[in-house]
Amino acid sequence: MGLFLARTFVYAFSSPLKFSIVLKQIRFIGSESMLVIFLTGAFAGMVLSLQGFYSLNRFGSAALLGPMVALSLIRELGPVFAALMVTARAGSAMTAEIGIMRITEQVDAIELMGLNPFRYLIIPKLLAGIVALPLLTAIFDVVGIFGGYLVGGKLLGIGKGTYFGEMLNYVDMQDILGGIYKSLSFGVLITWVCCYKGYYTGFGAEGVSKATTQAVVLSSVLILIWDYFMTSLLF
Amino acid sequence: MIKVEDLHKSFNGLEVLRGVSFEIAKGEVLALIGMSGYGKSVLLKHMPRLIKPDRGRVLIDNQDMGSLKREELEWMRSRFGFVFQSGALFDSLTVFENVAFPLQEKSSSSDLEIRERVLSILDQVGLNGVENKYPAQISGGMIKRVALARALVTSPEIMLFDEPTTGLDPIISHTILNLIDSCHKRYGFTGIVVTHEIPKVFEIVQKVAMLYEGRILTIGTPEEILLSNNPIVRQFITGSIEGPIKYH
Repeated sequence: MGLFLARTFVYAFSSPLKFSIVLKQIRFIGSESMLVIFLTGAFAGMVLSLQGFYSLNRFGSAALLGPMVALSLIRELGPVFAALMVTARAGSAMTAEIGIMRITEQVDAIELMGLNPFRYLIIPKLLAGIVALPLLTAIFDVVGIFGGYLVGGKLLGIGKGTYFGEMLNYVDMQDILGGIYKSLSFGVLITWVCCYKGYYTGFGAEGVSKATTQAVVLSSVLILIWDYFMTSLLF
Repeated sequence: MIKVEDLHKSFNGLEVLRGVSFEIAKGEVLALIGMSGYGKSVLLKHMPRLIKPDRGRVLIDNQDMGSLKREELEWMRSRFGFVFQSGALFDSLTVFENVAFPLQEKSSSSDLEIRERVLSILDQVGLNGVENKYPAQISGGMIKRVALARALVTSPEIMLFDEPTTGLDPIISHTILNLIDSCHKRYGFTGIVVTHEIPKVFEIVQKVAMLYEGRILTIGTPEEILLSNNPIVRQFITGSIEGPIKYH
């Protein structure tokens, strides 16, 4: 798998890019994931606000609900949830697409034309993942923060000024950059694992099915493991 | 032009090729016959090094395919045209886009030149008016013809056909074989046709080789094969149940 990633990066810098395919992939991974990111972001923020309010209220710190929601989302939940959602929606599709192309000899056909399949199938997805994940994470964070305000402000009576004002005091640039670094690395991780599993899929429909399951499970587990190491390094 | 020397290949301990050797001269077309599941497609895929042999080598114009660097191999592969058993058309592209793909990626032709070339080759394979359809919207026979058009569009020097008529009715099968023949006469490629269309294929090839138990059992002109006294060859080309070949 390491060799696969190394080859992808080498080819990414050594062969001319197909920008039209990269843009198509950004649309697929990015804009087509917006609905699921909006929904999960909103409800993640709402439930975080609900739980956070009851916990903070016990210590008389309900005014810190805004920073708590924002920091949780920006540092942890945003990058991780967005990555898990992209894995489920786009990562599985990547594996299935490349896997089906592999078993129907479409990858062989590309090689036979004297072309590098990485240039058409893997590199555009990797670049699209690197571009799309931070943007989706940012959207997830913003929607989550507003979802949190919907519950905290409108339902539980925290003032708008308190919710957002305290946020400005507690959230700094390092928190935001940490979230971006995480989402960038998740973008590489998801596309790497999912493309690898598709490229080296087993035989027939069963092979593709197994590869897709393995891709989603492995990506999800690696996201959580990698998140731990990133957190311990960054914060 | 093509020289195969002592090719061996195993998959999970199962020996598929056990020392295959043969030669094809420039401009010749060889029919590769043999029992189903006994390595004909595997052998064919060794030619452009889609599969790497365990032992032995494939030489194209005296160049060992195994010794080529990535860029050299890509260039060498662009000399090949391959018609896959399944067609292997890109299912997200239309018929036109499929046939135009190798030209768009490998040639410096203008869009107009590519369009003219694609429509011309589609016309040669009898596919007018389907250029905007997707592979899922056309029949099996049409898929094979699109695959043939895509393989021929760059005028390759070597054409490989992996069971180009499998799953087609006798009339379409005959049409495809005639197309291969007419394209061979027009473009003069060197080729290998893996097929079970016996004896029809003998009319369009200059050589026939039979793969049996991982080796080339016999190789010769179609006439020599038809007159062969080898009981295995005789049983295979007549399709007799009785004989030395036992199916498990």
